[in-house]
Amino acid sequence: MLLRLKNINTFYGKVHALKNVSLHLAEGEIVTLIGANGAGKTTILNTISGVTPAGSGDLLYHKEPVQALAPDRIVKLGISQVPEGRQVFKPLSVEDNLELGAYLRYRNREGKSSIHEDMERIFTLFPRLEERRKQLAGTMSGGEQQMLAIGRALMARPKLLLLDEPSMGLAPLVVQEIFCVLEQLRSERGMTILLVEQNAKAALRLADRGYVLETGKVILEGDAGELIENAEVKRAYLGKDKKEIWER
Amino acid sequence: MKRELLKFGVFAILVLLAPLLFSGGYLMNVLVFVGINTMLAIGLNLLLGNAGQISLGHAGFFGMGAYISGILTATYAWNPWFAMPLAAVVVGLLAFLIGFPILKLKGHYLAMATLGLGIIVFIVFNETVDLTGGPSGLSGIPNLTMGSVTFDSDVKNYYLIWGFTLMIVLFAVNLANSRVGRALRAVHDSEVAAKVLGVNTSLLKVQIFTLSAVISSLAGSLYAHTMTFVAPASFGFNFSVELLTMVVIGGLGSVYGSFLGAALLTLLPEFLRAAHDYDIIIYGGLLMLMVMFMPGGLVRGVPDLFRKLFRRGKESGHA
Repeated sequence: MLLRLKNINTFYGKVHALKNVSLHLAEGEIVTLIGANGAGKTTILNTISGVTPAGSGDLLYHKEPVQALAPDRIVKLGISQVPEGRQVFKPLSVEDNLELGAYLRYRNREGKSSIHEDMERIFTLFPRLEERRKQLAGTMSGGEQQMLAIGRALMARPKLLLLDEPSMGLAPLVVQEIFCVLEQLRSERGMTILLVEQNAKAALRLADRGYVLETGKVILEGDAGELIENAEVKRAYLGKDKKEIWER
Repeated sequence: MKRELLKFGVFAILVLLAPLLFSGGYLMNVLVFVGINTMLAIGLNLLLGNAGQISLGHAGFFGMGAYISGILTATYAWNPWFAMPLAAVVVGLLAFLIGFPILKLKGHYLAMATLGLGIIVFIVFNETVDLTGGPSGLSGIPNLTMGSVTFDSDVKNYYLIWGFTLMIVLFAVNLANSRVGRALRAVHDSEVAAKVLGVNTSLLKVQIFTLSAVISSLAGSLYAHTMTFVAPASFGFNFSVELLTMVVIGGLGSVYGSFLGAALLTLLPEFLRAAHDYDIIIYGGLLMLMVMFMPGGLVRGVPDLFRKLFRRGKESGHA
C-alpha cells in the first residue's frame, strides 16, 4: 500500500471540509476522485501534500505517518502535486519552471547532468514544450501550461503524482493528449496517480478505481468500470447522455 | 552567465574610472552616497523585486548598523573592522527572529508591520540618549583604516564604499541567477505552487529578509565610518520610502536597476538645487512621469526610449 488516509478530518477555520475521509492507493494504481464543486477533492490533495494539514486522522505513506510534515518534506518523500489551475510561474521561462521542479534535487548536490537528462525526458513526453523552452510560461496556451505544470511536478522524480483537474478549461483533444501521457507514465515508469477531475467520464475511463465525494465525505467507492455503470454516478456526474435516468 | 560577467566587468570598470572624470570634491562626496544607497537598494530589491515581500522599515536596519558600529567604535573604542561584522550579525539575528512572525503577513499588513518596526527603531535612536546621543546625534566615529591608509578623503572613501558595493552587486547578480533566485521568483508569483514543488517558502522568505537586513546593516556601518557622525533623522520613515522609490524607479528585480534608481534619486536633488524653491515640485513631477511612462523602471524604460527615438529618427530620415 503506497498511501492510506484513515479518518482524515480537515478544517478551514471553522469550516469542516473533510469528514472522516478514508482512502488508499496501491503502487502503480491510477485512482480518481470525482464529485461536485465544494465536495473536498482539492482539499484531499492539499491535505496529502501538507498545504492544508489534517486536523485529525492518519495519513500513511509507505506505512509511515506523514500528516505532520511540511510540504517540502512531502515532496522529498516522493509526492508531487500539480496544483489546480496549473499555477505555472508566468514570468519565468519553460526551462526555469522545470528547473524549479527539481528545486530539492539541486540542494542535495545532485549532478546537474541528471537533472538536465530528466528535462530532456520531459521534452520527449511533451514535444511542444521543447519548441518553447526559452519562452515565458505565461505566454503559452492553457494546454501547454498544463503540460508544463505536469512536467514541472515530474522534475522532482515523484513516485506519487497528485493531479488537480488537469482538464480544466482545455479542448477535448488536448485533454486526450494529456490523459495519454498519464497512462504512459504509469505503464512506463510505474507511476502512481491520484487524479481529481470534474470530467468524470474521462477520468473513470483512465482510472483503475475511483472515489465519489459529496460535501466532504466519501459516499461511494469502487472499480472505475463499476462506477461508470453505477446509476447514482450516472445521474449525478455523467450527465446528459443518460437522459433516461435523470428525467425519470 | 558569461553575459552577466561581461556586464559586471563593464560596470566595475566604469565605477573605478569615474573619479578620473569627476575629480571635483563635492561630486565625489555625492558619489559616495550613491554607492551606499546602491547597496541599500540592492538589499531591498532582493526582498521586494525578487521575493515580492515589501518592507517599509529598511531605514531601521540601516540605522542599526550605523549606530552599533558608531557606538562600539566611538564610545567603546573598538576597531571598526570588528564592529562592522558584529553589527551585521546582531542585525541579521534580529531580522531573523522578527522575520518569522512578520513575514506570515501579506500585502498591506506586511507593509504596516515593517512600518511599525522602522518607527520603533527610530524611537529607540531618539530616546536612548545615553547610548545614542539622542536627537543631537553621535559624533567622533573613527574612519576605517587599512594598514597605513586612513579612509578620510572623498576619493579614498569612494573606492572603499564602491569596493563593497561592487562585491554586493556581484553577489546579488549571482544569487538572482541561482537556484535560490529562481525559488524567490516562484514565491513572488505563486506561494502555493512554490510550496508543492518543495520550496520551504516561510523559511526562504525569512532568509531573504535577513540577508536584506544584513546588507542594510553593512551599508549603515560604512555610512557611519565615512560620515563620522550619525543622527536619527537619517534613518526615519522618509528614508525607508525613499529606498522603496529607488527600487521601483530603478526596476523591480534588477540589480543594475537598483543602481540606476539609487543614482537618480541621490543625484537629482543635487542638480535640482539650481531651481531653488521649485526643486521639490520638479523632483515630484519627474518621479510621476517616470512611473507613468516607465512602469518597468529605468532599467527597462531607458533602452525602450532609445529604441523608440532611434526608430523615429530613422523614419523621419526616410521621409
